[in-house]
Amino acid sequence: MGKKFSLGRLAFIGTPYFWLLIFFLFPFFIVFKISLSDLAVAQPPYVPNFDFSEGWNGLLLFFSQLDIENYTFLFEDSLYYKSYLSSLQIALLSTLLTLLIGFPIAYAMSKAPKRFQALLLMLIILPFWTSFLIRVYAWIGILKPEGFLNQALLWLGIIDKPLIILNTNIAVYIGIVYSYLPFMVLPLYASLERIDMSLIEAARDLGCSALKAFWVVTLPLAVPGIIAGCFLVFIPAIGEFVIPDVLGGSETLMIGKTLWTEFFNNRDWPVASAVAVILLLLLLIPILWFQKFQEKQMEAGT
Amino acid sequence: MKVTRFTWFNATSLTLGFAFLYLPILLLVIFSFNESKLVTVWGGFSTKWYQQLWENSVYLDAALVTLKIAVVSSTMAAILGTVSALVLHRAGRFRGRTLFSGMIYAPLVMPEVITGLSLLLLFVAAGVAKGFWTISLAHITFSMCYVTVVVSSRLVTFDRSLEEAALDLGCTPFTAFLQVTLPVIAPSVISGWLLAFTLSMDDLVIASFTTGPGGTTLPIQLYSAIRRGVSPEINAISSILVGVVTIAVVIAAISSHQAERRRARNEHLANS
Repeated sequence: MGKKFSLGRLAFIGTPYFWLLIFFLFPFFIVFKISLSDLAVAQPPYVPNFDFSEGWNGLLLFFSQLDIENYTFLFEDSLYYKSYLSSLQIALLSTLLTLLIGFPIAYAMSKAPKRFQALLLMLIILPFWTSFLIRVYAWIGILKPEGFLNQALLWLGIIDKPLIILNTNIAVYIGIVYSYLPFMVLPLYASLERIDMSLIEAARDLGCSALKAFWVVTLPLAVPGIIAGCFLVFIPAIGEFVIPDVLGGSETLMIGKTLWTEFFNNRDWPVASAVAVILLLLLLIPILWFQKFQEKQMEAGT
Repeated sequence: MKVTRFTWFNATSLTLGFAFLYLPILLLVIFSFNESKLVTVWGGFSTKWYQQLWENSVYLDAALVTLKIAVVSSTMAAILGTVSALVLHRAGRFRGRTLFSGMIYAPLVMPEVITGLSLLLLFVAAGVAKGFWTISLAHITFSMCYVTVVVSSRLVTFDRSLEEAALDLGCTPFTAFLQVTLPVIAPSVISGWLLAFTLSMDDLVIASFTTGPGGTTLPIQLYSAIRRGVSPEINAISSILVGVVTIAVVIAAISSHQAERRRARNEHLANS
């Protein structure tokens, strides 16, 4: 296509570009601005608001009223940094659990007869199309004190009084592993499926045990899939709201839930915005890292 | 040495893995037919919760709103997302391309609470009335990026010489797109549309931030019911949704499988 400047080309590039500028990028500046504002009993519930009618003085007044009070508040109140730390911890541990559960599944899928692989792949993707909320809700009936899991364990005689799992962090781990398992299995399968079987055969012929061959050939070749899968679980898990809210309890501190409470229950928009800004800064590191990793993969692929 | 054999270990991990994925949904569906109001104790077969659902207009209204939003937003997202994919892969260099690709990939990993909050603050600052259209705008914005990813993956593997041939033969870029590129990427645009549709139907967090009068979607309604506790009625509505999605996905899979076979047969005929 022509590289010369034309109105058609401008509209072609400009339409999606401006859409994202207005609805994606610009809102972050508003979030940042409101994070520097003060809570007020008004509609919208924050001050200052920019007043065009006062011109230059209005602009000066507007900037003079902005301060970082909300950020210092986030560091003074232990609720917030505990939420950030606990989100990180929950996301890290559940990513690891998802990897441990997802790897054998992806490995077995890649080893299954070729004619079944498309079906297995569809079965992994299918839950992803069903409502997230419903899949999380399904676990309430399983995990609650009189739920299916406790009924089964009591019946088998493994326990003699119901386990308390629902509304604890364990339920949150189960929920995250369950909901994000397809995100882990798919990239793992993609990288495992590509592995050239003759490499493993060569390792075996050269005297490697099956385990050793797995360790020195399969696993290193699966690393791109492992990294991609871990990012795809870890990044969204940090900001997760639905799972800690529906399955977690009062002990569950996650930043997505804290932000939600701050916004909907306390109606403190400035503090909620400050929470969002810090969360975004925290996520920027893994997101940029992941993007760089993917670019490298793309280059290696072509 | 044969190393491709399917071991017991593999069979076990597949069985356990799929049991883990499907048992919760299966239990949910089974107990939607439970006579008893206690969700976890079987009291006999009954379809009364489905009847009750039918009489309860709250869920029907919410389902209708959700469906309308999903149709509007996924269609717009399919158009904008496809254009974005073309911009990324066919527009060559232009000023601000890095920013553009960043804005395409960032929403995919952005926590929903942040997207929701930032869009709400935009709508409040702009002074627009919240409701149907604000949710739709929000959904278009995050789901168009998914469409872009899906369509991009097809564009990357697409033989560009076909487009170049069309241009050399005197097509304008737009007709070349309509006659050559669009037919090839059409299946990926449709899967992108489907993905955007389900994302919109499914979204609770972003919709909760950007909702207003007349914008009560099914997930919002379901969430407020779930907060009040488990009930067979929620099981019933969940089962309907799961059923609809399963049927749709199976039909889509079968038809794409058949299209693939037809294509392979035609190619085979063309080559022989």
